Amino acid sequence: MSTLIAALLVLATLFMLGGLARKARQYRATPAPLKIPVTPAPKTTGGVVLRLAKEVVLFASLFRASKWTWVFGWLFHVSLLLAFVRHLRYIIDPDGIFGFMMPVIGLWIVQIAGQYAAFGMLIGLGGLLARRFLVARVRYISAPSDYLMLVLIMLIAFSGFMMSFVPGFAVDIVAVKVFMLGIINFNLQELPEGIVLVAHLLLVVVLGFVLPISKLLHIPGVFYAPTRNQVDNPREKRHIADWAKPLDETRNNYPELVASREPKSEEAK
Amino acid sequence: MADIEVPEVKEYAVVPMPKDDVMNHLKPFVAKPEFQEAMGYVGKKVHDDPKEMPEYVLVDGWKEKALDKMGDLLGRYRSLQVFMDSCVKCGACTDKCHYFLGTGDAKNMPVARQDLLRSVYRRYFTFAGKYFPKLVGAKDLTEEVVDDWYSYFHQCSECRRCAVFCPYGIDTAEVTMAAREILAHIGRGQKYANEIIGKVFTIGNNLGLPEKALINVLEGLEEDVEYDIEVPVKFPLDVKGADILLVTPSADFFAEPHIDGLIGYAKVFHQTNTSWTLSSIASEAGNFGLFIGSYENMQRISMRVREAALQLGVKRIVYGECGHAWRVGYSFLNTLAGPFDFLDQNYPIPQHICEFTLDKLEKGELTIDKSRNDDKTVTFHDSCNVARGSGMGTEPGGQFTIPRAVIKGVCNNYVDMEKDTIHDATFCCGGGGGLLTDDLMELRVKGILPRATALINAKEESGVTHMAAICAICKSQFTKVLPYYGFTMDQIVSVHQLVSDAIVLEGQVDPED
Repeated sequence: MSTLIAALLVLATLFMLGGLARKARQYRATPAPLKIPVTPAPKTTGGVVLRLAKEVVLFASLFRASKWTWVFGWLFHVSLLLAFVRHLRYIIDPDGIFGFMMPVIGLWIVQIAGQYAAFGMLIGLGGLLARRFLVARVRYISAPSDYLMLVLIMLIAFSGFMMSFVPGFAVDIVAVKVFMLGIINFNLQELPEGIVLVAHLLLVVVLGFVLPISKLLHIPGVFYAPTRNQVDNPREKRHIADWAKPLDETRNNYPELVASREPKSEEAK
Repeated sequence: MADIEVPEVKEYAVVPMPKDDVMNHLKPFVAKPEFQEAMGYVGKKVHDDPKEMPEYVLVDGWKEKALDKMGDLLGRYRSLQVFMDSCVKCGACTDKCHYFLGTGDAKNMPVARQDLLRSVYRRYFTFAGKYFPKLVGAKDLTEEVVDDWYSYFHQCSECRRCAVFCPYGIDTAEVTMAAREILAHIGRGQKYANEIIGKVFTIGNNLGLPEKALINVLEGLEEDVEYDIEVPVKFPLDVKGADILLVTPSADFFAEPHIDGLIGYAKVFHQTNTSWTLSSIASEAGNFGLFIGSYENMQRISMRVREAALQLGVKRIVYGECGHAWRVGYSFLNTLAGPFDFLDQNYPIPQHICEFTLDKLEKGELTIDKSRNDDKTVTFHDSCNVARGSGMGTEPGGQFTIPRAVIKGVCNNYVDMEKDTIHDATFCCGGGGGLLTDDLMELRVKGILPRATALINAKEESGVTHMAAICAICKSQFTKVLPYYGFTMDQIVSVHQLVSDAIVLEGQVDPED
């Protein structure tokens, strides 16, 4: 069992990281042939960084668009971040290169916040799921995968919540850390007992496989939207994609342009 | 007025319940194969019987051609590739589109519109869609899907309001442009846009106004203005060595209230002793290549401006009042037709007429009698392409402050419409993006609803009498469609019409009332 889960975790992690890297590379390799920032847009690179930061950290545009979606969406994502930070303790070897992070991650407040984040995730995801059912417009645009994705992450959060808060489902977290570090150090250890723990890890495996082939690609996507990440300086600087260069070379030869260069006959006047 | 059911205007914009197939009957006329082929596209006619209505069908092998084109565009446009992937269906955009608000058709919600293309993208270009189509809402490409594309990608004015609110910056305009480009490659080009582009190449402007007619119009204008105010204001054409080339939408040459704007520009040039000229080669600022998502056609049209500037030997380029033209001018002209190293680098290239006029106003070079506009209380409609696809001046948001500063410089009574309907949250006029055609009249009447609601509120709360705009399409749409909502055509004005009304030229004799 331990071997199987370890193998799945490794595969899912590689698939997720590889998939995300492949997508990010594809986005970078695809040219953005024209300046299309949604204006008003920043005139400097620093301004663009600030614009993107406001989107990624505060969900600024979503806030303008829909307060309820923002409340639930932001709560979920912040809680996810807190939970993620808490979980770093399981994969960081105090004596390894990331060991310097342990004093922060190990802080009582970080760990407690990461635990209570389960509530934030469940409330946030529950709100988003309810919205999908209750708002006719959102219901119309939802595919089965849109519901399932929420349910999947809710189950992950719920299983985590059970291990943290429900007596009887508690897990030997020291042993979990030994197991995780064992995978990283190619020295496989036993996974501690616990059906909820197994479920939790298997669900995370599913998430890892789903992420790079689904709408969870909004994670790299948010950084690559030309509408948000371009500097607004088209009058100052030309912006030509490689594929448009041949067009540039022949652009003077259109027949109507050539004809306009002919001297006009008197009759035409 | 055509017999169209006008939506009921409520006190504020009400978000409708999404309904299926309210607007799927509405499709613009299809472009003839001749026009398609002249633009590098394809088309197919069913029969050649002159007694029967022509019928244009999808070309042979359309499915492969469509998917090939989609793959090609995905590889050429990062926007399309990223936008196809990153939508999470959060619903933030669902109540932001004026066409959804006006029609209640579910497929006019921006995300649903994108999904018409995205479901096909998923089916043929993603792992999940290839193997689990039902799960992720992926769909086979069928003729019904193409019909939906043709219908609903011509119910998007590419105004980008949804993109402002999307947490991932997904711009439906980019998706619509890609879809129209795909459609054009399988025989479903849109007649209105494509035949206009044809006219630009063969005649020189969108309205098909030949050079001789243009000369007549301009001479007539000179006579009219001199008759009115006894000042010889000139409307020069093809003057070599002039300082400024004015590129303006061809509607400015004869449509109302556009032409009053053109008179305004001419008076500003006259009073500031500015040497300027129009060009018969670039007698059109508009660039419908943008609407059909065609880089090639957009560049080909843009090149006329460069050619005119070179042939006339001007030092500067100024654009007249036209929304999408300004997006192309501001955002793309330098890229498509630059570098403009032969022009005077001390001025922005190109410069907007509002930038030009405000500069002159601030320097005190214009004699303005604001009281001449005291019969009006003016509001300003931010045109979508100016608001969300361009800029003015040196600061972000100049496209909002500069036209307003021009209006306030010539009018005493100015008020804004409701906050969520102006600046970058402005509503499209309902006729942009290549939809300003009679075959889409029903859509235009319904799509204007959010703007009409805000205008009616401004009228009732602040006594607004006139709405000014800096876009030829907005002005044409408003004068034609706002009468359905109880306004008169003359309540729509050009910004430079207001300038024209307030400016006092040397030696001007006002007509007696």
